[in-house]
Amino acid sequence: MRSKRWHDYLYLWTIIYFVLGLFNILFAWLGMIDFLVPLLFAIIGGNKYFCNKFCGRGQLFAFLPKKFHCSRHQQAPSWLSSSAFRYGFLVFFMMMFANVCWQTWLVFGGASSLNESIRLLWVFRVPFGWTYTSGTVPEWIAQYSFGLYSLMLTSALIGLIVMALYRPRTWCTFCPMGTMTQIICRAKTKKPLP
Amino acid sequence: MKRFAEVNKARCVSCGACANECPKEAITIWRGCYAVVDVNVCVGCGVCSRTCPAGCIEMRLCDEK
Repeated sequence: MRSKRWHDYLYLWTIIYFVLGLFNILFAWLGMIDFLVPLLFAIIGGNKYFCNKFCGRGQLFAFLPKKFHCSRHQQAPSWLSSSAFRYGFLVFFMMMFANVCWQTWLVFGGASSLNESIRLLWVFRVPFGWTYTSGTVPEWIAQYSFGLYSLMLTSALIGLIVMALYRPRTWCTFCPMGTMTQIICRAKTKKPLP
Repeated sequence: MKRFAEVNKARCVSCGACANECPKEAITIWRGCYAVVDVNVCVGCGVCSRTCPAGCIEMRLCDEK
C-alpha cells in the first residue's frame, strides 16, 4: 500500500468547510475553491488530478465507510453512471447554480431582500439566520453564501446517501464537477464523448 | 492462471477511486479520460473492481487477452 501524503487528509477540509458554515455563512464562499480548482486543473493541465488526489468530498466518501462500515458496497445501477444521466445531472446542477446567481443578482439590484435560509435538496427550506449578522457585508454577498452552502450541503447529502446505499464513491460517477472536467479533458485529447 | 483488471474506457468516469486503492499502484488515470491498468504490474487482486463506483472494471484471465 502506498504511503500517506498530505493530500490524503483533505477529507478534513470538507468537514471543516461545513462546520465553518454553521458558525458563519460567509465561509461558504470558500466553496468556490471546489468549483474553480478542478476546472483549472482540467483547462490548464488537461487532467483530473483534483478528482484523483485532492477532492475532499470524494475522500470523505471513501474514508467514512472504511472507518465506520457505513456502506453496503453494492454495485449501483448502471444508469447512475450512464452518460445520459451524468450530462442530465450536470445540466440540472448548473441550472440550480444559475438560480443561486439569479437570486444573488436580485438582491444585488434591490429587487428582493436577503433570505437567511438554506434549501436542502432544492425543496426543504431550513432557517439559517443565526449564521449571519445583518449589515456585516453587502446583502448580495450573504445571499450568495446561503445559496452556495445550500448547493454544497445538498450535493454532500446526496453523496452520503449513495455512499451508504451503493459503493463509497458512487457520487463521483455523476458529480457535476467530475463530468465537466472529464468533458474538458476529452475535448483536450480530442477523444470523442461516449 | 494469472488474472488482471480490464477497464471499460467508455464507462470510466476517471474518478481515481481504483488508483487510490490499488495496492500495487498499477493504475493511472490517462489525461483525465479513463483509468489505465499496467498489466505487467497488476496482480489481479480485484480490489479496483470491487471499488469502482461505476462498475466498469472487470477481472480477466490472461488467456482471454
